[in-house]
Amino acid sequence: MMKIDSVKDLKNLRDKLKSAENLKKATVMVKVSMSTCGIASGARETMDYFINELDNKAIDASVIKTGCMGYCYAEPTIELSKPGKEPVIFGYVDTKRAQEIIDKYIVADEELVGIIPLNFETVN
Amino acid sequence: MAKLKKQIRIALRNCGFINPENIDEYIARDGYMALGKVLETMSPEETIEEIKKSGLRGRGGGGFPTGLKWELTRKVDAEQKYVVCNADEGDPGAFMDRSILEGDPHSVIEAMAINAFCTGASKGLVYIRAEYPLAIERLKIALKQAREYGFLGNNIFGSNFSFDIEIRYGAGAFVCGEETALIHSMEGLRGEPGVKPPFPSEKGYQGMPTNVNNVETYANIPVIILEGADWFNKIGTEKSKGTKVFALAGKVNNVGLVEVPMGITLREVIFDIGGGIKDGKKFKAVQTGGPSGGCLTEAHLDTPIDYDNLINAGSMMGSGGMIVMDEDDCMVSMAKFYLDFTVEESCGKCAPCRIGNKRLYELLDKITEGKGTDEDLFKLRNLATVIKDTSLCGLGQTSPNPVLSTMDNFPEEYEAHVKDSKCFAGQCKALMQYIIEEDACTGCTLCVRVCPVDAISGERKMAHFINQDTCIKCGACMEKCKFGAIYIG
Repeated sequence: MMKIDSVKDLKNLRDKLKSAENLKKATVMVKVSMSTCGIASGARETMDYFINELDNKAIDASVIKTGCMGYCYAEPTIELSKPGKEPVIFGYVDTKRAQEIIDKYIVADEELVGIIPLNFETVN
Repeated sequence: MAKLKKQIRIALRNCGFINPENIDEYIARDGYMALGKVLETMSPEETIEEIKKSGLRGRGGGGFPTGLKWELTRKVDAEQKYVVCNADEGDPGAFMDRSILEGDPHSVIEAMAINAFCTGASKGLVYIRAEYPLAIERLKIALKQAREYGFLGNNIFGSNFSFDIEIRYGAGAFVCGEETALIHSMEGLRGEPGVKPPFPSEKGYQGMPTNVNNVETYANIPVIILEGADWFNKIGTEKSKGTKVFALAGKVNNVGLVEVPMGITLREVIFDIGGGIKDGKKFKAVQTGGPSGGCLTEAHLDTPIDYDNLINAGSMMGSGGMIVMDEDDCMVSMAKFYLDFTVEESCGKCAPCRIGNKRLYELLDKITEGKGTDEDLFKLRNLATVIKDTSLCGLGQTSPNPVLSTMDNFPEEYEAHVKDSKCFAGQCKALMQYIIEEDACTGCTLCVRVCPVDAISGERKMAHFINQDTCIKCGACMEKCKFGAIYIG
C-alpha cells in the first residue's frame, strides 16, 4: 500500500475510490448491519445467505458488512440499493425474509412492504 | 417524511454505511482529509481555536469544553505527552461508543491524531473494555490499515509530526470511566480515582500531561475541521452545540441508537423517533445519565435536551443512556436497581461511597419489602445528600441521584410503600397479595395442585382461600386459574 504524503495524494486516492464505488452502484448492493448486536440477532447467517443465494442466482451484486445502523429493535437490518433507485432499509431480515427480498424485490422488481423509513440526515 | 427526520448524524455519519474493516471506504467519504488539512494548512493553535469556537463539549457526560481541555494540555511543557481515548463505556444499557468503534473506528483514530498534533503528544492510547471483543478487533484492523497508508507513524502527511496509537484493555469497571481511575488502570495500578487537581492535563499517564476524551467526542472532530466551527455551532442550543447520540432503551417501541441535535425535546425522542411506549401503555419516566443521572417525568417531556437543562431538571446528560419506563415500573425498585449497580461498582477507596451507598441500598430494600418507616424516608434523603457532598469522585458524587430524583418526582410512591404497604406498579413482590374472588371461584382445586407451598385451602366445589403468611407470591395459581378468579390486591 502506498504511503500518503500530502493532501493532494489523498484527494487523488479519494477520487479514485469514489469512482470505483460509483461503478458498484450500477449493481445491487446489500449492506448488512454487523455490529455485536446485529451478529447476536443472526446477521452473520443473513449475510452468508445473501452471498450464497445471489451467487446461485448469478446476480451481479456486492454484499458488504457495515457497523450498526441504529435500528436495534429490528435486527438484523440491511440496506439494499438497486441501480437507479434510492437505497432502502429492511428490518427483521432472517433467512426467510432474505429469500423474499431476493425473489420479490431484487429479481421480480416488485414493491415490498415493511421498508423502514429513513429517519435521519447525515453530514456526508 | 420530513417530520421523521429529527435525527442528524455527525458522530454516526459513517456507521452502517461503510465497511469498518476497509479503510478505503472511509477515505472515499473524505476520511483523513481533516487530518491532512490540519497538518498542511493549520497550526495547533488555530486548530484548538476552531474546536473552541465550535462549542464542542465532552460527550462522556461531564460536558467540559473540548477545545479548552486541549489548550490546557498544550500549555504544559513536558518531554512526553499522551492523548487517550476513553472507550470504557459502563452505563447499564448504553452502547454508543461500542457502536462507533465497531462501525467507524477510523474517525476516532483520525481525531486522536489531530488531538495529538494540537496538544503536542506523540503517543495515543485507547482504553477499551475487554468485553468489547469485536470493537477491539475492528480497531486493531483499522490501526494496521492506517499505519500502512502512513496516517499513523513517522512524518505523517510528509510533515514532521509523528504519532502512533496503542490499545489498553480494561476489565470493565464502571469507575474506570473516571479519567484519573482510567489512567491508574492503564498504569497497571488499581482502578481507583485520585484527587484532582492536579488534572490529567498537567499530570496524567506516567506523570505526564494527558488529554482524555471520549469516543463520541472524537468522532465529532473530523467533521468540525472539514465543515468548520461555524457550521457546527449552528446546530444545538446556546450552550450545548452539535448533536448527541443516545441509546434509547426500555419500554419504547423503536429501541435503538439515535443521534439528535441538542435542544430536541424528550417527547420528540421518545414518541416521534422512539415510536412511543410499548403495548400502548402510559409513559411514566425516563432515566438519563445512567446510574449517575436522574429520572425525568411527564413534566419534563417538553424540556429541550442539553447539558444545562438536564442538570436543572435533576438529571444529567451522562454518556447517553436513555431508559424509558412505563406505568408498570416501580420507581423505588428502579432506584434500588441503580444503587445495586453502584454498590457493586464502587471502588471502595472513600468511606461515603463504600459504606454510604450500601446503607442507602439497604434502606431502599427495606422499603420495597414493605418494612420502611417515615424515619427511613428522612434518613434516605439525609444520607443521599451526605454521600453526594463528601465522595471523592464522580461515581459517589452522583450515585444518590436516582434516589433523590425519584423521591422528588414520585414522593407519593415512596409514601405508598411506607404508609400503605402498596406498590402502585405491582413490582414489589413483598407488597402484593394474591386474592381469590369468592364469587368467581368454582372450587376446581387446580390452584391447590399447582401451589408449590400448599398455601391454598378449600373444599371441592367451594370457594378457596390463600393463606397470605405461607404464600410466596409466585403467581402460579393466577396463571393456571381458568376462571380469572385470582387477582393481585
